[in-house]
Amino acid sequence: MDTLALSRLQFAVTAMFHFLFVPLTLGLGWLTAWFESRYAFGGDEKYLPIARFWGKLFLINFALGVTTGITMEFQFGMNWAEYAKYVGDIFGAPLAIEALAAFFLESTFIGVWVFGWDRISKKAHAGAMWVVAFATNMSALWILLANGWMQRPVGYILRNGRAEMVDFLALLTNPYGWLEFFHTVFAGWVIAGFFVMGVSAWHLLRRNQEEAFKKSFGAGAVFALASSLLLAWVGDLSGVNAAKNQPAKLAAMEAHWVTQKSAPMTLLALPRLNGEGNYFEALKVPYGLSLLAFHSPSAEVTGLNDIAPQDRPPVLPVFLSFRAMVALGGLFILLSAAGAWLWRKDRLAEFPLYLKLMVFAIPLPYIAIQLGWLVTELGRQPWAVYGLMRTAEGVSRTLTLRQVWSSLGGFVLFYSALGVVDVWLLAKYARKGMEA
Amino acid sequence: MDYAKLWFVFWAVLWAGYFALDGFDLGVGFSGWLAADSDEERRGVFASVGPFWDGNEVWLLTAGGATFAAFPVVYAGMFSWLYPALFLILFSLIFRGVALEFRGKVQDAAWRIAWERTACVSSFLAALLFGVAFGNIFRGLEIGPAGYAGTFLGLLNPYALSTGLLFCAFFLFHGQLWLAFKAPAGAAVRAARLAGGAWYVLAALTAAFLAWSWFATGLYGNFLARKWLISLPALFAAALVLSKVLLSRGLPGKAFLASMAAIALFTLTGFAGIYPALLPSRLGPEFALTVYNSSSSPYTLRLMTAVTLVMLPVVIGYQAWVYRLFRAPLGAEELKKSGLY
Ligand code: HEM
Repeated sequence: MDTLALSRLQFAVTAMFHFLFVPLTLGLGWLTAWFESRYAFGGDEKYLPIARFWGKLFLINFALGVTTGITMEFQFGMNWAEYAKYVGDIFGAPLAIEALAAFFLESTFIGVWVFGWDRISKKAHAGAMWVVAFATNMSALWILLANGWMQRPVGYILRNGRAEMVDFLALLTNPYGWLEFFHTVFAGWVIAGFFVMGVSAWHLLRRNQEEAFKKSFGAGAVFALASSLLLAWVGDLSGVNAAKNQPAKLAAMEAHWVTQKSAPMTLLALPRLNGEGNYFEALKVPYGLSLLAFHSPSAEVTGLNDIAPQDRPPVLPVFLSFRAMVALGGLFILLSAAGAWLWRKDRLAEFPLYLKLMVFAIPLPYIAIQLGWLVTELGRQPWAVYGLMRTAEGVSRTLTLRQVWSSLGGFVLFYSALGVVDVWLLAKYARKGMEA
Repeated sequence: MDYAKLWFVFWAVLWAGYFALDGFDLGVGFSGWLAADSDEERRGVFASVGPFWDGNEVWLLTAGGATFAAFPVVYAGMFSWLYPALFLILFSLIFRGVALEFRGKVQDAAWRIAWERTACVSSFLAALLFGVAFGNIFRGLEIGPAGYAGTFLGLLNPYALSTGLLFCAFFLFHGQLWLAFKAPAGAAVRAARLAGGAWYVLAALTAAFLAWSWFATGLYGNFLARKWLISLPALFAAALVLSKVLLSRGLPGKAFLASMAAIALFTLTGFAGIYPALLPSRLGPEFALTVYNSSSSPYTLRLMTAVTLVMLPVVIGYQAWVYRLFRAPLGAEELKKSGLY
């Protein structure tokens, strides 16, 4: 492997690892703030231990989200120096704003929440968690506006041998970034909803602190249901958006080779690894792909055959990841709807099998969210900035193989170790249940 | 108005803010155990930075992000050229943060000791390496006509290593001062004594640094050319002396503020010395990355100026509020209530 391949691998490893810990915070912050507000504003004492319990899990998870985030802030410069020089003028701004507008808020107010129980009023204390939840989601907005710019560069001109910003508003209102924001944030909320449902189900199965965990389960289920419906809706819009802006990505998502009008959607297919076309295709839904991609049955959908081979993303992983993500998305709607219904009817206890399933369902949204990123980022290849700069052009020129092997080795080693410890801590505190 | 020059100032201020704030977390991280005598005291020592370290570290992220936005060429150069050093810093900071957060989460002495040691080693490495990195920047990197020509071992030159030690001494002093008014009573007394002793080491290392810089760097040129700049190192020296005087008078809190000012002024002095370069070159001034050849476009700089002028005061405002809120040390009862520390 050369430094390019290794740097890509390293970026994937560090970003995906970071994103094991970030998405839970996107949703669990809101849920914790909600629980605490029922106590602080609603006056319901029962919600205090609930808020404290979920807040603790939030924190344990947060520790790794924060520390692994430092890597993200610096590795554009370390491994992608050419990229950084070429786009820094416009890409750097949202990153800096993310730190100024979101990271400071989040990191400062989480400290207030953890240590401030006796120093501020209970309403202000609940307020601190609202601030944290807001800031976490804000940081997603800025980083995804940056990523959205890589997907669909806007508001720049090529001058002085680089992309220079000429219109910040265009960057701010880039629909690609906003779609990614909503899709990602809702996905994070689904993760939080399933996390809360799963942990609560574990306790409900053991008839442990039933009242409190039923309340938690209900909130998690309603939150997950609403979020997974919104998620599917935004996902559909994202498909249309990808078709419009990145036809190669859409074609890869669907393993679609031949440009045609009224294109059917192929439910089962297996793309060839290197060659052209698919090994087999089956179960075609007439007009399906045209509808999905353009919301119009007769629309023409570009096939991969009409895209030069050097401009195609890797088809197989994008195709498989997309299928699995969407299938899981459907499953989440069903599972959370069932949960919300059973909770509403107060019949959770009658369905231990369902509760058990929900414990094992905790990892599923995590898998889906990683697959989603694979679709988005692999699907953008070979471009770092779509149509503007190839990934291969962005890598630092001064790196040596030894340097990148060592850093990558260090990441794999340290991250796995820390990840194991953190998940173990999460499990330990999750099992311990709420304070009396 | 030349925004690139203004951004040089912002850039310097962000680094100064980072070192003045996270400096004490790092110092507590690697030297806090010196002041604590028992497990209970170490708990108080680590908890004293609990509400703050994360917010302080964001100053670094902001400095990084601002470098990217305002001086992309510097961002690219600094981080890819100093790759091995930067990775060691990254790993150190990751372990530092995790150690502070994990330490109190399991009720087991061996667990706590393991994370205390991790915090010690990682905080020390981070402090040392930041010093080494800035020592090399003060000295000038080996940037030539064909780009960067330096090596990792070349970064470990005596001057840079001594700058590293100077940073460690700064943070040791700063961290102990913090403990002198934030740690549990017994530890606080010891910390005050340690800080008093550390001050002499710090003063000696500072003098050595200033003398060595005369021979090893071009830092003095700007000060000789623009006499008013000398006010920065003069104020730095005054703040350093003041912190010692205040400490001897039994006012560790005020001494801490003075040492904060000293660290910030030291950083600013260094940056004033390398101006207009952000990354000076040893091989010839024409190869340096300067405010003239490595900044973003005026449009971006103007935008970032507006954003910073609006946001940074707000940030400083609420961070100051949090420092006030936690002015009184955290009591044992409160720590228990946090449930995790
Ligand atoms: C329910 C049906 C779903 C549809 C129709 C859908 C659709 C899409 C599409 C089209 C993209 C690519 C966007 C682009 O790069 O242009 C995408 C990306 C992504 N998906 Fe999904 N998705 C669904 C479910 C899910 C689920 C259940 C999750 C995770 C819990 C998820 C997480 C993501 C993430 C994180 C990305 C990358 C960020 C982005 O590009 O928005 N998706 N999805």
